Amino acid sequence: MNDIAANVLKGDPRSIARFITLAENCDPVATQAMKKIHPHTGSAHVIGITGVMGSGKSTLIYELTREYRKKGLKVGIVAIDPTSPFSGGALLGDRIRMMELATDDGVFIRSMGTRGMLGGLTSAVYDVVEILDASGKDIILVETVGVGQAEVDVIKLADTTLVVLVPGLGDAIQTLKAGVMEIADIYVVNKADRSGLEQTIAEIESLIDITCDGKDRKIPVLSTVAKKSKGIVELLQEIDNHKDYLKKTKVFDTQRRLRYEAELVEIIRKRLMNFIFDESTFKGKVETLIGKISKKEIDPYSAADEILGKILK
Amino acid sequence: MQRKIRVIVSKPGLDGHDRGAKVVARALRDAGMEVIYTGLHQTAEMIVEAAIQEDVDVIGLSLLSGAHMTLFIDVTRLLKEKGMDDVLVVGGGIIPEEDIPKLKKAGVAGIFGPGTHCDDIVKFIKKKVKR
Repeated sequence: MNDIAANVLKGDPRSIARFITLAENCDPVATQAMKKIHPHTGSAHVIGITGVMGSGKSTLIYELTREYRKKGLKVGIVAIDPTSPFSGGALLGDRIRMMELATDDGVFIRSMGTRGMLGGLTSAVYDVVEILDASGKDIILVETVGVGQAEVDVIKLADTTLVVLVPGLGDAIQTLKAGVMEIADIYVVNKADRSGLEQTIAEIESLIDITCDGKDRKIPVLSTVAKKSKGIVELLQEIDNHKDYLKKTKVFDTQRRLRYEAELVEIIRKRLMNFIFDESTFKGKVETLIGKISKKEIDPYSAADEILGKILK
Repeated sequence: MQRKIRVIVSKPGLDGHDRGAKVVARALRDAGMEVIYTGLHQTAEMIVEAAIQEDVDVIGLSLLSGAHMTLFIDVTRLLKEKGMDDVLVVGGGIIPEEDIPKLKKAGVAGIFGPGTHCDDIVKFIKKKVKR
């Protein structure tokens, strides 16, 4: 287990897989190994794919991956699905659309549950992206959970963010103005063989005209039929164009800073929460305070002060 | 943080009856496990590669076509070849009584036929998985 970092750097799939599990479980072995691999990361292009449920994100990822493989590029895929808030279990079904890639040794696919995180991602996703990056993947595709309106964390993680929509959303797009409809580097209208395509594109374009006014890059809107492999080559070209734009304008550096900031904040948040809610520290105290809050013996803010007061001493 | 049991539920071969597999997948989810559902028509190679990448503790195979003596055993053989025989393999579907000892000998730890309670599968997995 000591050389898990070394084996990941060599690209060994079993080590990558085990490392991810350890990272997900906040195992100290993973923490040590993360320290070793960090210097070897940063070269992979991270593409976030987000969009409403059933818009075809998984199928689009399958098609994009096949195209990248034709170019000889190695691909890592992280597919996130919701964890049940009741049982803590999850049904991870994104692989169904990608099983054809299972036996390609240039592709590594990992399914993850959100494990309590909101925002469309999962806590360990930053680690997983670094692990796949260090293992030599050229492209990392991150599929968020099917989103509603406010799950926008993927922009901090991804170099290029695709927002996937389908025809027929109509006026709904207008109501999505804030949140998800602000984060796209590229819009993809998938299932473009369905009726209502023109109107959907027009709705998006009118939104772009407002948001991109005076900016140096206009957000492209592409239509695809992922199931029939239509529009995929064009989409790949737009992703490349965006990559060039990032490098040319130094937006890339800003983008990466944003990712590392999000990663750092997440590590601190996780460690702090684990510390506070651990049996050996304040778990009992927290339980007592919750009881007092419900009996109106104390208010939530004063209760928070009591806990934080002990930590900050 | 507590470790979650990870399971692949898969349908090898050409059988298209996936209701049972889906019911079991949901039951395992409701028992707090992370279940990777691969869908229909998988080869043993695809299932084992997915099991490696997903770092699962358990592989659940469902087959109603009668090809279990070939396909279940292909999976356990590949796992052995890859040094992954610590992965628990369980199976379900229409499996004749007389095949069960042979499957167990080949490394399928448990066979759950029609009428099995989901709770029994959950208990079996929780008892056997220790990592």
